[in-house]
Amino acid sequence: MSQDGVNESRRRFLYIATGAVGAVGAVGVATPFVKSWFPSEKAKAVGAPVKVDVGGLKLGEMVIAEWRGKPIFILRRTPESIGVLKDADFKSRLVDPESSLESQQPTYAQNDTRALGDELLVLEGVCTHLGCSPKFVPEVEPQTYDADWQGGFFCPCHGSRFDLAGRVFKNVPAPSNMKVPPHRIDGGVITIGEETV
Amino acid sequence: MAKPAIMEWIDRRLPVTSAYEKHMSKYYAPINFNWWYVFGLLAMVVFANQILTGIWLTMSYVPSAEEAFNSVEYIMRDVEMGWLIRYMHSTGASFFFLTVYLHMFRGVLYGSYQKPRELIWVFGMFVYLVMMAEGFMGYVLPWGQTSYWGAQVIISLFGAIPVIGDGLTEWIRGDYLISGITLNRFFALHVIALPLVLALLVVLHVLALHEVGSNNPDGIDIKKHVDDKGVPLDGVPFHPYFTVGKMPQVALFLFVFCAVIFYMPEGGGYFLEHPNFEPANGLKTPEHIAPTWYYGAFYSILRAVDFPILFIEAKLGGFMAMGGAIAILFVLPWLDRSPVRSWRYKGWMSRTAIIVFAIAFAILTYLGGQPVSTLNGIIAKICTVIYFAFFLAMPWYTKYEKTKPVPERVPR
Repeated sequence: MSQDGVNESRRRFLYIATGAVGAVGAVGVATPFVKSWFPSEKAKAVGAPVKVDVGGLKLGEMVIAEWRGKPIFILRRTPESIGVLKDADFKSRLVDPESSLESQQPTYAQNDTRALGDELLVLEGVCTHLGCSPKFVPEVEPQTYDADWQGGFFCPCHGSRFDLAGRVFKNVPAPSNMKVPPHRIDGGVITIGEETV
Repeated sequence: MAKPAIMEWIDRRLPVTSAYEKHMSKYYAPINFNWWYVFGLLAMVVFANQILTGIWLTMSYVPSAEEAFNSVEYIMRDVEMGWLIRYMHSTGASFFFLTVYLHMFRGVLYGSYQKPRELIWVFGMFVYLVMMAEGFMGYVLPWGQTSYWGAQVIISLFGAIPVIGDGLTEWIRGDYLISGITLNRFFALHVIALPLVLALLVVLHVLALHEVGSNNPDGIDIKKHVDDKGVPLDGVPFHPYFTVGKMPQVALFLFVFCAVIFYMPEGGGYFLEHPNFEPANGLKTPEHIAPTWYYGAFYSILRAVDFPILFIEAKLGGFMAMGGAIAILFVLPWLDRSPVRSWRYKGWMSRTAIIVFAIAFAILTYLGGQPVSTLNGIIAKICTVIYFAFFLAMPWYTKYEKTKPVPERVPR
């Protein structure tokens, strides 16, 4: 075919214009496909508060409740373990002993035991590394992963360690303390998913 | 021999004969191919097995959080010979990775990624990458404990990316936690999207290979010496010499494959892990959770970074190390500056590096299935350093070492 008299700059303009319009169209077509991957309205609707009766929970015992599909650890701590949590030497082994990262707990749990009153701990049982559920290891005895173990939570997936307030130790893969969910304590009943006001 | 009239008719409309000649009867394979060269073919055999058994499994599998686990048990107990088809598929996954790992290592030994075969290697790496995604999503489908918590860990990995991480994990899951929504989309990706991509990539891998020709254990360019018809003097037609010649190896491979399917389909907990015989439970992580063996090395590298590096926290550091360990494989053709291809002619540094690397990779793979402990952690850290050193130091040790002269023709 003859290329005589071809207006190169006009042709280039048409290439770019066609390409640009096509690209806009491609983004438009991609939108529904990308958006359909976000949580659906049905998924968003799930998540009502749950009530747990902890009247029968003995000192040093833990129960696991479910809230929004996540395991919620409820633990009644002994005076000895509360003492450890407040100990300055012990706290120097933690990444964030004062719970300064605000996203990880409500303000009423921003204290040494991360709880309302010292005894009852309410904790999302989800490791802040990659989301496994850490194991409750209350025994105060040397472990393969920590010779000076004072009781706490150990994640079997990647070896992250937390104390009995869910605070993360230094030099483990998890970057932050475990999350304390919004909760309220009315006598022997804990409501998870409702704020204390 | 004259072509039958029907072939004449077809060839004028579709290039069947010329394609057959280009890729089979007139594709010349080097005469010094050894047994390492069977694994690409074996990987294809397993790929065919995965497609066929996979199609049959979808006929009885139900992709929903409520029914998935039960439907797999239904396949195992009630569907006629369903157990066999399922074991062929699950064992096939492990053998797919086994053959591909050996195929890749062959490439490392003989420098099959070197110029002009860089694109073959890159397409091959994309095959491997898609296989990893495919294997992971397939493992989620039975909706057992390992399925669930494996998915939890792998998807949470993306949460380590700054700023967009949390939104990204939510987008991948389609929910605030791993749920039936996640399972359904993984099913769609596992049975339709990724197999299509995989097949396309395999075609590109082979087309790129057939454009430049196969490498060989001596790394000799057989196209330099051709007869008056342009046929390489050190080559034989791929078909029938290679195809028929490799039949005993294929038969031996299938023999081993069947032995595993019939006598140890769970592979001692390495092919099908024990916690996966328990239905998914979002409230309880199994005592010991590990990926299937073929991800072990990269999982070990992820775990090895349990300390902050400068201002990068451990969670992101581990993710970057794991991603980097896979990404660095892609650029291997540009890291090797050696004037020779095969390790037979490379210097002692390259030879030692390849052996040490292979041992480190094997140890990392093993450790990926072991629980966390102080000693395992130290060994994993050492092997991780070796893994990266092998690649990062390659431009130097391949360039400055003394190599042996490569013969012009394949030694007889």
